[in-house]
Amino acid sequence: MTGQLAAAGPVIPDFSQHSSSCAVHNHLFCADWVKANWGPVLWPALRQHVVLTAIAIAIGFAIAMALALFAHRHSWAVQPTLLVTTFLYTIPSLALFELLVAPVGANIYAAEIALVSYTLLILFRNILTGLASVPQEVLDAAEGMGMSRRQALIRVELPLALPSIIAGLRIAVVTIIALATIVYTIYNRGLGVPIHNALGEGPFKTELIVAGGMAILLALLADAALVGLQRVLTPWSRAREAS
Amino acid sequence: MSRENTAHLEGLSPYPYPTRGHRQAAELELRHVSKRYPGQREAAIGDLSFTVPAGEVCVLVGPSGSGKTTAMRLINRMVPLSGGEILLGGRSVLDREPRELRREIGYVIQQVGLFPHETVAENIATVPRLLGWPKDRVRMRVRELLELIGLDPAEMSGRYPAQLSGGQRQRVGVARALAADPPLMLMDEPFGAIDPINRTKLQDEFLALQAKVNKTVVFVTHDIDEAIKMGDRIAILREGGMLAQYDTPKAILARPADDFVAQFVGADRGIKRLSLTRLEEIELLPPDGAAPASRRLPGRASVKDALSVLLTAHGEALAVVDDEDRVTGLLTLSHLERLIAKDSDGEQRQVLASAGEAGS
Repeated sequence: MTGQLAAAGPVIPDFSQHSSSCAVHNHLFCADWVKANWGPVLWPALRQHVVLTAIAIAIGFAIAMALALFAHRHSWAVQPTLLVTTFLYTIPSLALFELLVAPVGANIYAAEIALVSYTLLILFRNILTGLASVPQEVLDAAEGMGMSRRQALIRVELPLALPSIIAGLRIAVVTIIALATIVYTIYNRGLGVPIHNALGEGPFKTELIVAGGMAILLALLADAALVGLQRVLTPWSRAREAS
Repeated sequence: MSRENTAHLEGLSPYPYPTRGHRQAAELELRHVSKRYPGQREAAIGDLSFTVPAGEVCVLVGPSGSGKTTAMRLINRMVPLSGGEILLGGRSVLDREPRELRREIGYVIQQVGLFPHETVAENIATVPRLLGWPKDRVRMRVRELLELIGLDPAEMSGRYPAQLSGGQRQRVGVARALAADPPLMLMDEPFGAIDPINRTKLQDEFLALQAKVNKTVVFVTHDIDEAIKMGDRIAILREGGMLAQYDTPKAILARPADDFVAQFVGADRGIKRLSLTRLEEIELLPPDGAAPASRRLPGRASVKDALSVLLTAHGEALAVVDDEDRVTGLLTLSHLERLIAKDSDGEQRQVLASAGEAGS
């Protein structure tokens, strides 16, 4: 992977080779440049960005879910968990990436640890809020009909918490897609790489616009996908609106 | 143990498919039951003993703080017992695994507690699914129950609770509690959140349903009128979970055990007794064929209804008719007075309240 990006070499366009290239005249958007660099630069960066985000969300979700399920049962754990996750969330991201390099190294582990730590507050809060929003009489009915706590959790509490959980996922995913653009500071991956390169390209803005636009588009698409997922998973929440 | 219980649960609904038959209701017996919460000086339930015969509706009624809901929740062990014993079908509930016990006891609460994320059919199927019934059997049972509570299966099965009216939700709640054909039903103010007109309708529906399914029912309410209407027996609780009186509605209205009960059932208990007696149950004047009475009431109507009609009849007689509109007897105000007087004189258990009590 590193080799691929390194092989792509300097992404500053070679003006001499393309005398008629729009790179000379049109600094804002040069389709030829995008075409030429899609394969070697943009597409790999996008793929890396998706992987960085997906890993962070998957691990962050698993940790936040475990913490929220525990705190849901043991309410004393809510405040300490909020305190810690809020603290993690407030650390300036550039600083956190740099801080992790010393103990972990400038690698994917450091990148993911930092990204995961920014998902925890959002996901923990939303999962917990969702679980807490389940009406008492619904839990009472579940217990009275002979569900175990685990059955009530899986059949009743988690499904009813889904809208809140997915709302949390949406915020977390968009946040991490944006944050992952600065992973390049410690680990040469993601859409942050072409964005950073573009900043050194003087008047030529195509690379900045295209890579930045891809990050935005990725965030919007991921958000839309989660909205779609929620519609599929919670048909009952729309039934309420219809009635 | 669990195998034996499962066999018991399947009881009268022989595999593979349910029949229209219903499982035998079970007798419920509370023996010196008490509940004391830690850190509280007063017991929530003092020393409660009574027996509900199989197939009867027992209403627990009392002012707030009398522990009626607590008493109900002791039965399915949602509140742990502090002392005494509760027997369901002759077997102590303490010998049962709580979740297994609860799947065998229908449970209806005031706020219904339908699962908002499940359809009507899925809600009703809750306990059968917990019991692991095969899919076909569950589907048939759901359809059967929807028909039983008067909701069209084709139209209602796929709806979510948010798409139902309050009354429909309550009906589905009752159907859900009946799903596994439990020998006992617990109902905690099931119609408390429904407006008066629909409440009356739901009460009547439930009584009609109960006549079909014949469950043992423990019904909690704070409304003495509802208790009188719904109960085969009424347990009146006073504060501290003490049993003030346990008897049939008629007996409680005729002979309140003490001032507390007399006050709780209300000064109009004489009138309430009249509402418990149907015209076809009393001794009417023979239909003499003379002047046909313009005012008619069916034999199913209560004596209270008849009194109301007679009071505005200017001395005219009231004709009591059967289902084919044939006059079975006549009733006049003076005859009703005589019946009431006779009832209050005699020690025999007569059906009418005393005129003195009713008037005072």
